[in-house]
Amino acid sequence: MSDATTSAPRARRFKVSRQLLPYLLSLPALLTCIGILIPFLTAVWYSLQRYRLSQPWNRGFNWGQNYLNFMTDSAFWNTLKVSMTYAFATVALELLLGLGIALLLQKRNRFNNFVSIMLLMPLMTAPALASLMWKLMTNPGFGILSYFATLLGFEDFRWASDPKTAMMTVVIVDIWVYTPFIMILLLAGLRSLPKQPFEAAALDGVPRPFVFWRITLPMLTPFLLTATLFRVIESIQQFDIIYAMTQGGPGDKLTVFQVEAYLNFFQSTNVGRSAALLMILWAITYTLSNIFIKNWLRLREKQRGNA
Amino acid sequence: METVNPIERVLRGVAITLVILFFMFPILWIVLMSFQTNETILRMPPSVVFTPTIENYQALITGKLETSAGILEIAFMKNLFNSFFLSTASVAIGLVLGVPAAYAFARLKFKGSEDIAFTLLSFRFAPPLLVLLPLTIYFQQLGLANTYGGLIWVYQLIVLPLILWIVRGYFEDIPADVEYAYRIAGHSWGATFRKIALPLAGPGIAAAALLAFIFAWNNFVFALVLASADKQPVTVGALAFVTASGIQYGQIAAGIVLSIAPTFALALYAQRYLVEGLSLGAVKG
Repeated sequence: MSDATTSAPRARRFKVSRQLLPYLLSLPALLTCIGILIPFLTAVWYSLQRYRLSQPWNRGFNWGQNYLNFMTDSAFWNTLKVSMTYAFATVALELLLGLGIALLLQKRNRFNNFVSIMLLMPLMTAPALASLMWKLMTNPGFGILSYFATLLGFEDFRWASDPKTAMMTVVIVDIWVYTPFIMILLLAGLRSLPKQPFEAAALDGVPRPFVFWRITLPMLTPFLLTATLFRVIESIQQFDIIYAMTQGGPGDKLTVFQVEAYLNFFQSTNVGRSAALLMILWAITYTLSNIFIKNWLRLREKQRGNA
Repeated sequence: METVNPIERVLRGVAITLVILFFMFPILWIVLMSFQTNETILRMPPSVVFTPTIENYQALITGKLETSAGILEIAFMKNLFNSFFLSTASVAIGLVLGVPAAYAFARLKFKGSEDIAFTLLSFRFAPPLLVLLPLTIYFQQLGLANTYGGLIWVYQLIVLPLILWIVRGYFEDIPADVEYAYRIAGHSWGATFRKIALPLAGPGIAAAALLAFIFAWNNFVFALVLASADKQPVTVGALAFVTASGIQYGQIAAGIVLSIAPTFALALYAQRYLVEGLSLGAVKG
């Protein structure tokens, strides 16, 4: 028992560092991320300047001018419209599809488990690579989907290169990648619901649609809400799929926030406008993510409580 | 809820078939394409009958692509290596930084701990370009432009929040009494962390690491903005590949197959933890 002699000083040393310990443990992680706060502040700074890389002599503060310009800038309103359309279309369709598939696979059996694992594959594909896969399939020369389109009577269907169908094409790719995310979240939710209300409803012979609308859906709401917010935040920032597919084209059909900001920065080298665009996107996602985190925490507490 | 109605059973079967078709067909088709030459790919109408060739994979591995315009050198293997290196190194560093922090957040509640944890989480939801664009300018000045070190640092933005929040949940699930008992027996805080907390949270840490690896691997925008050709991972490399002129379509497909195979394998291996990881620990799978 040589420990007994050393335990007293060790205990004292422990008390001294006790206050500092948690900070010491989390400091490295924090410092790594603080490096990221600096570029963030720089972006705020840039957004208040007239700053084009091609005209360094013209650089200077114009305060809110970049933001004020947006009011009359039709390209900005187009960006806002395209981003909103994209986020709304993808999330709405993914929710419907994801809920439908989760309900189909709800029962635990070998086949259903196998299918739900298979459906994870698109989610594990890098979105940029998923876009390339669909690009190969919609190639006008040899794409299998272009061939299917002609079989269905759409001559010369050009998918992402046609302004009319470009949005639809990238939305399909997004659905392909992210529906499984909503599906597995809702599937986990469905399977964690208490059994009693359903058994009681079955005993009383309650019709199935009624069970769905009055029991399943309300009990699933926290999961639906978490999944929706999570996806809206990501979808309104979508870059990979759109950039890899068309780089924002044809024309300005797909210039969502991040794509537009990227093009502004690297092609027209208008740093000020690019930063202001990203600040507006940040304001949107910050608001949404605050709501999301609150919901997510509540769900987390509840699920951990059950576990 | 037994479904006895035969019409409903048929409808369910049709629905499931359509779902599988939609989600699996693209992967199947790209895999088939990767074993074909341009002649069979360009056939109209398309057909699944062909003699498979491994030429495309051979060309990618040797890095010499035969095109109509002569031999084109493409460092696809280099891209693949970059992906492996960047993801592995990011996850390793993320674990070293993130696991102790996760323990601090879970066990040693301290002043401001929740605020700090949330600040870290909020990075997960900020638009990446907001940080990346100013960073291009800073990286030039710091000499970090187009270096592995710079990229790995930025990759922490994806890796750290994920590790922190998943591992924290696992630490919280360990009954505090187990640790107290060990501490009362005269062991130091550090020994308790190493001998009790770490092994008990082991599966969670492994799951977080695998998921973080997948996310780092699949990332596109960080490297697109900050890396040039020799440091690019497959996600960015494959894009350059497509725009290269006169390339064989089968080789693009083979490149895609090689790029997605590692994440598929890991996902299959870690599927039990996927739900928990994807919801940042909110939903237990």
